[in-house]
Amino acid sequence: MRDRITAVRRNVLARHLFLALVGLLVVVVVVESISDYRNTQLASMAYLGIAAGGLTVLTGTNGQLSLGHGALMAIGAYTSALLLPDSDSSLPLSLVILAAVAVTLVVGAAVGLAAARLHGPYLAGATLALAVAVPGIALYFKETLGGEQGLRVVMPDIPVWVLDLAFFVTGQDLSRSRYTAYVGWLTLIVVFVLLANLSAGRTGRRWRAVRDDEVSAELAGIDLGRARVSAFMVSAAAAGAAGAILAFTVKLAAPSAFTLTLSLTLLAAIVLGGLGSLAGALIGAALLTFLPSVVTDVGRSAGLSDIQAAELAPLVYGLVMVAVILLAPAGIVGSLRGAVQRSATTRRTTSPTTTKGTAS
Amino acid sequence: MTRHIRGGGPLVATLAATLALTACGAGGRDSSDGEAAADTPGVTDDTVTIGGTFPLTGVAAPGYSEIPTGAQAYFDYVNEQGGVHGRQIDYIVKDDGYNPTTTSTVTNELVLKDEVFATVGSLGTPTQASVADYLNDEGVPQMMVSSGSLQWGDDVENRPMTFGWQPDYESEGKIIGQWVAENMPDAKVGLFLQDDDLGEDAEKGVRQYVDDQIVAVERYTSGNTDVAPQVSGLQAKKADLVLAFNTPSYTALSQLVALKTGYKPQWFYANIGSDPALVGSLLERFSEGAVDGDSTALDGVMTTEYIPGVDNPEDPWVQLWQKVWDEHGEDGELTNYRIYGMSQAYAFVQALDAAGEDLTREGLVEAVEEGGTDWDGPQLAPFRYSADSHMGISGMRILELEGGKGKPLTDVLVTDIGDAEITTDDSGSADDAPPENGVPTS
Repeated sequence: MRDRITAVRRNVLARHLFLALVGLLVVVVVVESISDYRNTQLASMAYLGIAAGGLTVLTGTNGQLSLGHGALMAIGAYTSALLLPDSDSSLPLSLVILAAVAVTLVVGAAVGLAAARLHGPYLAGATLALAVAVPGIALYFKETLGGEQGLRVVMPDIPVWVLDLAFFVTGQDLSRSRYTAYVGWLTLIVVFVLLANLSAGRTGRRWRAVRDDEVSAELAGIDLGRARVSAFMVSAAAAGAAGAILAFTVKLAAPSAFTLTLSLTLLAAIVLGGLGSLAGALIGAALLTFLPSVVTDVGRSAGLSDIQAAELAPLVYGLVMVAVILLAPAGIVGSLRGAVQRSATTRRTTSPTTTKGTAS
Repeated sequence: MTRHIRGGGPLVATLAATLALTACGAGGRDSSDGEAAADTPGVTDDTVTIGGTFPLTGVAAPGYSEIPTGAQAYFDYVNEQGGVHGRQIDYIVKDDGYNPTTTSTVTNELVLKDEVFATVGSLGTPTQASVADYLNDEGVPQMMVSSGSLQWGDDVENRPMTFGWQPDYESEGKIIGQWVAENMPDAKVGLFLQDDDLGEDAEKGVRQYVDDQIVAVERYTSGNTDVAPQVSGLQAKKADLVLAFNTPSYTALSQLVALKTGYKPQWFYANIGSDPALVGSLLERFSEGAVDGDSTALDGVMTTEYIPGVDNPEDPWVQLWQKVWDEHGEDGELTNYRIYGMSQAYAFVQALDAAGEDLTREGLVEAVEEGGTDWDGPQLAPFRYSADSHMGISGMRILELEGGKGKPLTDVLVTDIGDAEITTDDSGSADDAPPENGVPTS
């Protein structure tokens, strides 16, 4: 048994799959034990988490800054909305998500090709233009894309086998918001496993090499442009999946959902959580999902008026951001990891024999 | 990347056990649902919980964020008098920042977490459109939406739980169009339109009467603050009467551009964009103080009115609102937006009252459909509520602004969407006064 566990630890894929399985169990337990309302919040956290996960790979692992991921999410969301126009559409959600990913991947490739030639502020500027321009497309093609009002997303009925399976496993009837939460979190787990594998393998090493030193990466035989474009495409694909989940959750694809604010929110999520860490992206997404409503509720129960309570949320969010950057500049996960490593090093110097295999 | 899981086995076992426990517990939990279904959500013997979504933060917040404060003050006033059928009204306001995605989230919260009986007065066309189907599917009344789009009342079959409140933009366009055709037949008309339902519906109405007088049509996208191309477009076509259907910010922006380019047509702003106090303060802010922001900024401009506003302090309704605001309001003055919220709250209290002691969602809808047209209230023209139409107030009068006050140019004119004729209102809605205690009874 012990040998097998050690083997599993050594094998990256097996380890990620194991983590995914644990994650899946946690998701089932959590989703089943909370209210419908909390489940819609969970679904929101899932789409923010997926997009932030993709962005953290791009920014943290490959060193490219994107201010346009909100726009890429918009492409995923609009693709889903166009595929789910009314309740007659019999397309399974998994195919819708794949279609959203595929379309976003194509756009991501085009943007990535341009982005690969740019650095730092220029790259930020180019992706910023994307964030500003994409919502405008929806306004321009009003007939097909619904203009300011956006497109409605009609969720198809939950397939019977899913209902049966859900009842078999949990003994409860599956409500719609639970279903959406499951779809969101299953997608998140799949995306995270893929991202984690990519980052841990050869592709990830190339991305990191390009991030750390272009010249030495090139000397080592890495094609810079290719590494950059591939990172951007992977990241865009994740954003596309996130867009699809957003469409399922909100049941609407409207330009006002995909403003620059969304792109900046994603960036804030990965900075809060810790650049380059998928767990950090998830923590950042959780903060962004739950912090505003918690703060508003606290404000209201403390006797503030509705307007003051509503204004409190962005204030606290700003303060948390400042606090994290001042106290934990590597983000929450980054700083925790640093602290753990430091204590491990201290332990190692005192008793070197006991720490075998703890440090990375 | 090499995180290690120690003791993974026990963790899985714990999770599996928890899962198994949840599965066992599920059978018992379901049975309680049957009893709960008999009760109407949000209603107890002594309370009724309602909710609304408004832009309290963000670009749309100035002005609009005052609407729920007015409604809240009026509900507090009614609660102090004992509520409606002995029920206190608990009004929950959520911020959606005028973002339909957020509207969807916070409306979910209202329905699932706060379990509101109905949403009342929630604001915005794109925002409320994003939740209309959801609310109707869930059977939650979407009462008195704060928007003049047609979709709140013209499709009762598909949206049986949705009701409009203010006059729709098409009717407003018709009334304005007919007045222009009769009184300014030689004017070269330019249209300045917000490029969404607001502009589209209004243009449909206006064109019924002055189609051949229109020389220029300019549209702007909400959010883009540069309207110089549109205003120059109107100027180039020599339009000498501009009918503008836009939000208050764009009244200020278009006035500023016109000042800069020396364009001086007769301006006619639809009700939604013509609050003199707000436009004045916006003008001062946008011009960084170069333009004096008092309420004379819109002198000579024409507009419409469907409820009495703060410029009419002698009106018995405004006196009631002033009293309510003094007793229950927050900081700040009584404004037209607060009056808007109070007028809407008044109509909802009427609906609650008419729905009777045994309050259900269906009962509320039925009561509004049956009695809504006869309700006295601050509105100048009666509501159009019936089993076939959930459209709100049926008409308005045309005013010219002078020193922040409106000087009526017409009687109250009423009409409906489509080909309905425009007539002078004879229901006497404009002349009624509130009941002694300020709380409507049926």
